[in-house]
This record gives sequence, C-alpha cells and structure tokens, in this order.
Amino acid sequence: MSRTAISVGAVGVIGALLAIGALLPSWLLFLVTMAASHGVVSLGILLIMRGGLVSFGQGLFFAVGGYAVALTVNRWGATDALVLVGLGGAAAGLVGAITGPLLARYSGIFFGMLSLALSMVLYGILVKSTALGGSDGFNIPRPTILGWRLEGASGDYALYALAVVVTGVAAWLCAIYTRSVRGLVTLAIQANPLRVEYLGASVRGIMALNFALAAVLGGVGGALTVLALGHIEPTFAYWTQSGEFVFVAILAGPRSVSAIFAASLVLELVRSFSNLYFPNTWQLALGVFLLAVILFLPGGIGSLGQARIWRRPTKGRDLAALRAGEAAE
Amino acid sequence: MSTGMPFRWLRRPTLACAFSLAALLQGAAQAQDSFKLGIVTFLSGPAAESFGVPARHGAEFVIGELNKGSAPAPYNKVGFGGLKIEPVFVDENGGATKQVQELRNLYQRENVDAVVGYISSGDCLAVAPAAEELKRFLILFDCGTPRIFEEAQYKYVFRTAAHATQDNVALGRYMKSRNVKVGTFNMINQDYAWGHDSKADFVATMQQLYPDAKPQADLLPKFGAGQYGTEISALAREKADVIYSSLWGGDLQAFILQAAPRGLFQNSQLVLSAADHVLPSLGEKMPNGAIIGARGAYGLMSPKTPLNDWFFNGYQAQRNVWPVQGAYRITQALLGLKVAVEKAMEQNGGKKPTPEQLAAAMENSEWESPGGKIQMKLGNGHQAIQPIAIGRTRYDPAKKMVILEDIQHFEAECVNPPAHMKSIDWIKAGFPGAKCDGRT
Repeated sequence: MSRTAISVGAVGVIGALLAIGALLPSWLLFLVTMAASHGVVSLGILLIMRGGLVSFGQGLFFAVGGYAVALTVNRWGATDALVLVGLGGAAAGLVGAITGPLLARYSGIFFGMLSLALSMVLYGILVKSTALGGSDGFNIPRPTILGWRLEGASGDYALYALAVVVTGVAAWLCAIYTRSVRGLVTLAIQANPLRVEYLGASVRGIMALNFALAAVLGGVGGALTVLALGHIEPTFAYWTQSGEFVFVAILAGPRSVSAIFAASLVLELVRSFSNLYFPNTWQLALGVFLLAVILFLPGGIGSLGQARIWRRPTKGRDLAALRAGEAAE
Repeated sequence: MSTGMPFRWLRRPTLACAFSLAALLQGAAQAQDSFKLGIVTFLSGPAAESFGVPARHGAEFVIGELNKGSAPAPYNKVGFGGLKIEPVFVDENGGATKQVQELRNLYQRENVDAVVGYISSGDCLAVAPAAEELKRFLILFDCGTPRIFEEAQYKYVFRTAAHATQDNVALGRYMKSRNVKVGTFNMINQDYAWGHDSKADFVATMQQLYPDAKPQADLLPKFGAGQYGTEISALAREKADVIYSSLWGGDLQAFILQAAPRGLFQNSQLVLSAADHVLPSLGEKMPNGAIIGARGAYGLMSPKTPLNDWFFNGYQAQRNVWPVQGAYRITQALLGLKVAVEKAMEQNGGKKPTPEQLAAAMENSEWESPGGKIQMKLGNGHQAIQPIAIGRTRYDPAKKMVILEDIQHFEAECVNPPAHMKSIDWIKAGFPGAKCDGRT
C-alpha cells in the first residue's frame, strides 16, 4: 500500500468508527474507549517487537502518562483533554528518551527483564507515595474539550471520539513509519543485527528511537485511560498490566497495525462476557480463549487478513510488506 | 506458519456474530416485578477465601430468605417491598480499571436497579465517581478507607459499614479497659494503603490512651509476602509488651503459623484489628489470649438478638461454618437497601423506585442488622457508623473450635468520629464528642 492509500484508509476508518460510535450502546462505547486506549500501548510494543525485542515494562510509560495527566489535573487544574493527552505522551516520551539508549544496549531476555524491572521500580515508588494516594490511587474529575465539560452520554461519546481520533492518528503514523526506511531496517535488525551494523546503520540508535516512540504511545494510552476512567492507581505500572499489553501484541501478531486494535477489543469483550457468565471461572475462560488463539492462529489476528493477500498474486506492489511478514516469522 | 487456512470460515462470520451478540444483549428489558441487583465481591484472588466468598454465601442466604418472605420482622416482606430480588454476581478480582468497566456493564448492559459491592478500598475509590457520573445507585459494603466520603461528596453512593477507624480505636479502648500493660509495642502491617492507614490510626489512638507507650519495631512486609521469617526475628529481638497487626487473610494465617512455633506470642500480647475471618481455618493453631477485632460485632462476637439468631443459625446450617465479617457486612447492606426501597415505595405509591428516590430514602437512614444498629450518620448521611466488639481467643478442645471470651461491645459513637470531622484529626484531638456507655 502506498502512503496515500494508507492515509485514505485511516481517514475512512476513523470516520466510520466515529459514525458507528453514535449507534453503540453506552457500555460498549466505554469498552471500545478502553480497548483503544490500551491498544495504543500495545502498538508501541509492536514497534519494538518488529526489531526482535519484547518490552515487558510498557506499564512504566502507561503509568507515567497517566500520573502526569492526573497530577496536572489535580494540582494545577488543567482540564483540556487534548492538552492533557499531549502532555501524557510528552512526559512518557521524555522518560523513554532517557531510558531508551540504556535499554537499547541489551537484547533478548535481558532487554525484557530490564524493562520489567524499571516498571516495577516505578510501581514500588508509587505504592509507597502516600501523597499520590498510595496503593489506592486517587480520582480526577471529568476533563473538558475546548472549554466544554464532558458529562453524561454526550461526554461518553466525546471521550470515545477522542480515543478513536488520537489512537487512529497514532496508528496511521505507525503504519507509515513501519513502511519507511527506518521501519524496514527495524525488521532487518530482527533478522540479523550484525549485518545491519555492517551496512552502516546503528542498531542501538534505531532501537532507542523505536523505544522512545513506544514510550510516547504508552503515555498517550495512559492519558486516554485516565481521562475516561477518572481514577489512577499504581497497578498501571504493575507487571500484570505490562503483560496484558504484550499479550495483545502477540494476539494481534507482528504484521498489522490495525490488528492490534482488533485484538485489544476482542480481549476486552471476552473478558467482560466471561466475567458475567462465569463469575467463578472467568480467568479459566479467558485462558482457554488465549490458548485457542495461540494453538490455531499462531500468526495472530493480523494473519487472518494477510492470508488472503498471500494466496493472491502480489503484483509486486506489496513485496516489501510480504518480505516483512516472512521475516517476522 | 504459512496460512490461516483452518480458520478461513472464521473471517466474516465472526464479525456477524459479534454484532448479533451485541444486538441481542441490548434487548434485555427492565422487568417491573423484580429488582435486579448487581453484587460485586471477590470470587478469586487473595481476598476471596477470607471476605469475598463468605460475602457471596451471606448474600445468597439472605436473598433466598427475603424472596421467600421468611426473614424475621421487620424484614418479613417478600423480596424488596414485594419485588423479587434477582442477583447478578460479578468477580471483583482484576483491578480498578476492570471494576469501572464492569460497573458500567452492570448498569448499562444488564440494567441492574442497584449495585452492592466492593471489598478493596482502591476499587471503592475508583467506582464511586463512575456510579455518580451515571446517576445510578451504589452501595459499598466492606471497604475500609475513610477517604471515600472524607475527600468527596456523592449523591448516589453509600457505604453501609463503618470505615477502618473504629477497628483501631476500639482495640485501644479495649486494652485500656482491661488494663493491658503497654510499655512498648511492635507493629507489623502490609505495605499498602490498608496497612499504612491502620497503623496511623492505631499509633494515634495509642498516643491518646497510652501516652507513655513507646512504639518500637515498625515492620511493613509487602502485601502477599507469605514468608515472615525475617520479620519474626526482628519482632523477637525487639521485645515488646504488645504486637499489633492489621494483616488479614492468607498473610495473617501465614504470619501466625510461622510465628507461633517460635514462641513470639508467649512473651507479647498479640493484638489484631481484623481476625475473626481466619478463626474457622486456623482452629487450634490460633494462639490463645489474642485480642482480636472483627470490624464489627460479627460472628462469634455478635449480639444475642432474634435477627442475629436467624442469620447466624441459618447461615451455619447452609454452609457448615459460622458467618464471619464478609457475610455480616453484605447482610447489613442488603437489609439497608431493603429498608430504603420499601421506604421509597411507600412514598411513590408502590412503583419501583428511581435511583433518586432510593438515594433520598437511604440518606440518614437507620436500621437493625444482625451485627447491631447501622446509622448513616457521616458524609452527609452516606457513610454508616455501627457498633463493634473486641474479644480474646481461646481454643476449646471440646467444641473443636476457637471461642471468643471477655467480649466487650462498643457503641458506634464511642469509636467513630462525629460528622464533619476527619477520622485522624478526631483521634489526634482526643476523641471529642465520643459517647461511651451513654456518657460523653
């Protein structure tokens, strides 16, 4: 797909989702808002995963973005959602830019464990900070958009629209980035980092950049979540939360940006309904579902759409993406 | 992997399924002859065995009795004012984000008329504004943090149990009235909000009642630590007259099982703010003479009333174990809701009450529960105060169970702050306005 095709597609999907949102029942609206806000964090993992690394500590950026927003609201009274989302992304991006070069020196399990350790350090600090609500966290009031206070059903829709537009734009930028030279070199790093170094590209530099971008996405996700939820607590940085982000990335597979959001939505839906129908064994139901996906769909949800392209003659236009898919496996 | 072949059939039908499922679920209509009640409690995770599952069993027993109309007066009307109660149980495990989402699903997808739930303080803090935002009726039945109504005001949210301040104030008053010598005391609490808050309340209470007592070891193992070897050594080294702890559930059991063989409780008086829920499972492993609270006049410390006999004996017959804290607390929430629904129906001509009517009826209300009288006196009539009891443990080999003796009951206003005063300020000011034994 060319850039124009991607852009047209992105605008179309965002517009369609905005229209569908007006018809959705309010519980589903909130669920999709959450799925989108969490999905954008997993999108960050996708960027890193394409380079052959898995970060088990995206909860760090999720929490940094969330706390930055929540504290700004409570301490300085800023309420504009657009400003706050930007702030969440910037705060997490700053942390990512500092930790990125350090982490990019490691590979494989060492990278994963170190990122996990950093997020758990933040978790430990947050739990002990009584000024930040300790382990119980604290609440924030509903935000505003351009001076308009988000309340009731229209407020729910506005938060949904905000989540859809922000994550949609993020996904669009990621789709373009993954097809850019740097994005494709990331795939080459996964295949053979040594050869990439010999080609004259800096593996560390590219991975540090990917990591910082993932951090920004994590912060944006945290900010969107806090704005819709109205509550934040240290579990945002806990390893189970980070694990969930990784899980969504695996569920989606490394091929497709849009599959991330589909996976995130499916996870939320399965969790919600299994929780209702099997209140005693919902974790079991969730586990069986995950196992089934891993067994029968090892390429993730993204491989459903891609398989069709696979069988069709590719006409050369999508050769790069196809190679990307091969390399990813 | 080369293709997604076996799942070709999945592609379009999945989407269709998802949409038809969504459409189907929207059709769930609101029935007029029943009262749909969401009940959220821990069914898995560390708090399930201690609080969540007893609460579920308590709710099932009480709802069964109410729907049959066989509860004692004044609760002998069928269901809630003639409306059959239809419970929907949801697991509280999974964190605050999930709870807010599931609360919305209960109100908006399942169309419940009210929700009773939440044991964890973090969950309570997170869901209260969500219910308020949706303008739907919510009762918090167990969580301990005083922050909920001290930091914010709500119209649709109520808590039908006293917050954690009374547990520690009552412990201090009990020790004082029993002349327990406290020259020094050690503390071990979990490193999260509950442990920190309990410790702060206990220390402040001790400063008032035992101004000369010296705090020594202040240990904060992490939540769910399970291994307390180091802490027990530290406690044994820093010999003190009293060992105070707000540990609960599996952590408390592990601590007692590991500390008792090392003789820790032979030289120090063990004082526990919430321990009745571990008595059935610990049995003879529970040290004798420990001073324990139950977060209310519950279980083996419950008062002798016809209402309590109905609940205690009925629950025991159904579950083969006596009811503990969680079961009592959900019962007082359900009975309070019943009183509010019936009061609202009296005023609106027998229709099912709206959340606004329910909230108006619940505000400042009072009712009898198996654990004593509940009064919605704090937080502008949204936060309950209740009586509490403290007792001492003794294993009775003949009955093969731990019994509690030397029980002292405290009136609600003796151990709870007055309205418009933060709990910690009230303790530090020397309990102004406290009424004990009818005297101030």
